[in-house]
Amino acid sequence: MTDATLSHPAPASNRGAIAGGIVLAVLAAALAVLPLTMTLSAYVLNMLMQAVTYTVAVLGLTVVLGYTGQLSLAQAAFFGIGAYAVALGTVDYGLGFWLSMVLGLAASAVAGAVLGLTSLRIGGHYLAMVTIAFQQIVTLVLVNSIDVTHGPDGVSGIARPNLPGVSLANAKAYLTFCIVVLYAVGLAVWYLRRTRLGRAMQAVRDNELAAGVVGVNTYRTKVVAFTISAILGGLGGALFASGFSYISPDQFSFAESVVFLTMALIGGVQSAFGTALGTGLLILLPEWLRFLKEIYLAIYGLSVILIMVFMPEGIWGLLERIAHVGGGRPAVVTPRPFRLDIPDSGPADILETRGLAKHFGGLRAVDGVDLKVERGSVHALIGPNGSGKTTLLNVLSGLYRPTGGSVSLAGRDITRLAPHERCAAGVGRTFQNIRLFRSLSILDNVLIGAQRPGAPAKGEAALRERAFEALGFVGLADKASELVGSLPYGHQRLVEIARALAGNPTLLLLDEPAAGLNPTEKQELVELLRRLKGHGLTIFLIDHDMAMVERIADHITVLNFGKRIAEGTPRDVLRHPAVIAAYLGEVPTHGAA
Amino acid sequence: MSITLQLLFTGLGIGSIYALVALGFVLIYRATNVVNFAQGDFSMIGAFLMVVFAVDMGLPYWLSAVIAIAAMAGFGILFNYGVYYPLRHRTFLPVVISTIGASILLQNGVLAAYGPHPQSLPAMLPFPGIAVGGVFLDSQYLLILAVTGAMVVLQYLFFERTMLGKKLQATSQDKEMASLLGIPVALMIGITFAYSAVLGGLAGILVAPLLFVSINMGSTIALKAFAASIIGGFGDVTGAIVGGLALGVVETFGAAYISVPYKDGFAFLVLFLFLMVRPQGVFGEKVAEKA
Repeated sequence: MTDATLSHPAPASNRGAIAGGIVLAVLAAALAVLPLTMTLSAYVLNMLMQAVTYTVAVLGLTVVLGYTGQLSLAQAAFFGIGAYAVALGTVDYGLGFWLSMVLGLAASAVAGAVLGLTSLRIGGHYLAMVTIAFQQIVTLVLVNSIDVTHGPDGVSGIARPNLPGVSLANAKAYLTFCIVVLYAVGLAVWYLRRTRLGRAMQAVRDNELAAGVVGVNTYRTKVVAFTISAILGGLGGALFASGFSYISPDQFSFAESVVFLTMALIGGVQSAFGTALGTGLLILLPEWLRFLKEIYLAIYGLSVILIMVFMPEGIWGLLERIAHVGGGRPAVVTPRPFRLDIPDSGPADILETRGLAKHFGGLRAVDGVDLKVERGSVHALIGPNGSGKTTLLNVLSGLYRPTGGSVSLAGRDITRLAPHERCAAGVGRTFQNIRLFRSLSILDNVLIGAQRPGAPAKGEAALRERAFEALGFVGLADKASELVGSLPYGHQRLVEIARALAGNPTLLLLDEPAAGLNPTEKQELVELLRRLKGHGLTIFLIDHDMAMVERIADHITVLNFGKRIAEGTPRDVLRHPAVIAAYLGEVPTHGAA
Repeated sequence: MSITLQLLFTGLGIGSIYALVALGFVLIYRATNVVNFAQGDFSMIGAFLMVVFAVDMGLPYWLSAVIAIAAMAGFGILFNYGVYYPLRHRTFLPVVISTIGASILLQNGVLAAYGPHPQSLPAMLPFPGIAVGGVFLDSQYLLILAVTGAMVVLQYLFFERTMLGKKLQATSQDKEMASLLGIPVALMIGITFAYSAVLGGLAGILVAPLLFVSINMGSTIALKAFAASIIGGFGDVTGAIVGGLALGVVETFGAAYISVPYKDGFAFLVLFLFLMVRPQGVFGEKVAEKA
């Protein structure tokens, strides 16, 4: 993180952050040792133990739900797998705590990976549904397979571990050990957000479609996130089992999974701190409400509704928003000049399609299109509304599987490649309706583009440098730390272009880049595209602004009803009778769209 | 043969309960894009209202059922304004958590009023059942099947043949367009919640004589109903009914021939298999996001 700023003076806020970090670390250490020095009742110790071990498990939800946006409803099942591994391992099989815990984590990881691999290939909330089924089956096994799990009676007499030279048999010592583990996990989860993998996760959460197109392997990212979450669930459970020395199946039921989810969301699921806050609060809240006697749990339910109504981003989300009012640090960075690394060898036509078709039921949106895009040219695709332009672009970038035909890039057949694989092969693109990662900063958006597999930039410092180059090229380097949502529309378009450029594409697909821009911005776009062409980049774009297309395109293809009706230089094509007919409405009535 | 028929009858009966609750799920999901985790508690509330009217107040049984169902409609509207409406512009998750909060509130509210002991309700029809061939048709199951069948027909007529039904459909398909056409969208969603609560309450009232009336009776039913609606194709009305019936049958046969303790597991095993092989369910369509 600090490498990129080495050549520049460290911003004052960094020094503040370091000081804040030191204060936080001292406080945290004090908090971990505190239980050792105080006299605590067994009751308070139990509550602390529960809060600490639960937080470890709920941090798993921070990764899968908060960072990656996938809903899991089986965290209690993974918690149970970890807990039962330690319980049965130490009580029935004499394996000792450490080996039992490792086996439990392995079992959680395998279960998580298998569930993820089978349910995350498709989007939507399938993971939520699969995890509900898994949760129920785990509960049934815990209750009914009495020979192995002891059934509804549960397992008692679970031992506590020893560290070399230190016995953790004492509840206070064990609690301190759990707090240390929690710190390690919390720090790792907090840091994850700032890594390559963490950014990929957030890209998937904010816009899965765009994430794939800029080179994120969305499927793998989701499976990894879910597996991490399963392991943390198992770890929390393993610590819990030894902490309480007795466990039973009802502690790992669907209702508990719901409690875990509520804890994460109440605190603020996108932040490790929020998760810890929410978990602590939901463990303490029922205690605080005990004076209400019979109705305390009802009031607890009501509080959950009220918190969601008044703080839908969770408590931490609200605190962050208050802290950020008037915030936003200006980044003082002068980027190096932008360069593109494009191989000059290979065929003259960088993109070639043969008989490319995409049918939706009976609708032939793209109907046997042959296309050749010459290396280093600006090639425009035009056509009336509904002529299949965007569909063609979606087939080219891999979002749609073609019904027939083939696509090759620089002589390599890419027809069957997934979007992120095409991105790795050198296809960059932007969207007609801007698809940025809205909760991330401009820099993070472009970083995700820069970190695409196979890109020349490696390592965090090189990635940041690359991202700044791309931002500098579109003229937004000074806004790098701002959130994309705060930018005007025209600038958002430029961020999307920078995101694609950072990945060093050989072919850039632009879907109506001039839509919604004012004349000045359009002029700037034309100049930007000309500069890109100067770098040797091939550009294939869709637009409706004929004046602009005529000025920048070397070559135009016209599409109507999914078929190519004309092709050539702007001069010839725009005067072609079939093109004029298509635009002015004298269309033959066959093949309605 | 007669054993098979007997199991089929029982399975369809319990499946009807799942189907009614699943319908409630699906209608709310279509109108609001939210999965209502308190759906099962609608059934619990319905059953407890029967305890209030028929047992505590001693009203005639059928009158109690009518009042309870009317009260459920009002309850659905209250639920809408308390749990969904304030969060209607938010994303999926805050609303889901809000319904989870509502579930905790409802269960523990009833617990505070009635204590932890389950209540029981007598069968609704005055005769135990009829024997046809070698199959005994229990009167309560017959009633469940008849009421569910009637509800499905009425619902079909309501949605396809009345203006209000069409307005509700329009609202669930495209809220913006519906409101541009002058359809009061907020009211339509309120009506959807009312109707969904009626369906859930009805399921609770019908199933109550077969089970004990307890505060968590809704949770298991809701999970099965949820599984049923996924098997049928999430968001699909026909799918919810078919999925519910199928699940009831699978579960009954599984309990009879494979294992009683794992009875509740079959539903989720079937759900699992479906999600692997045909995740969009029987009647669902694959939808691709438009770029």
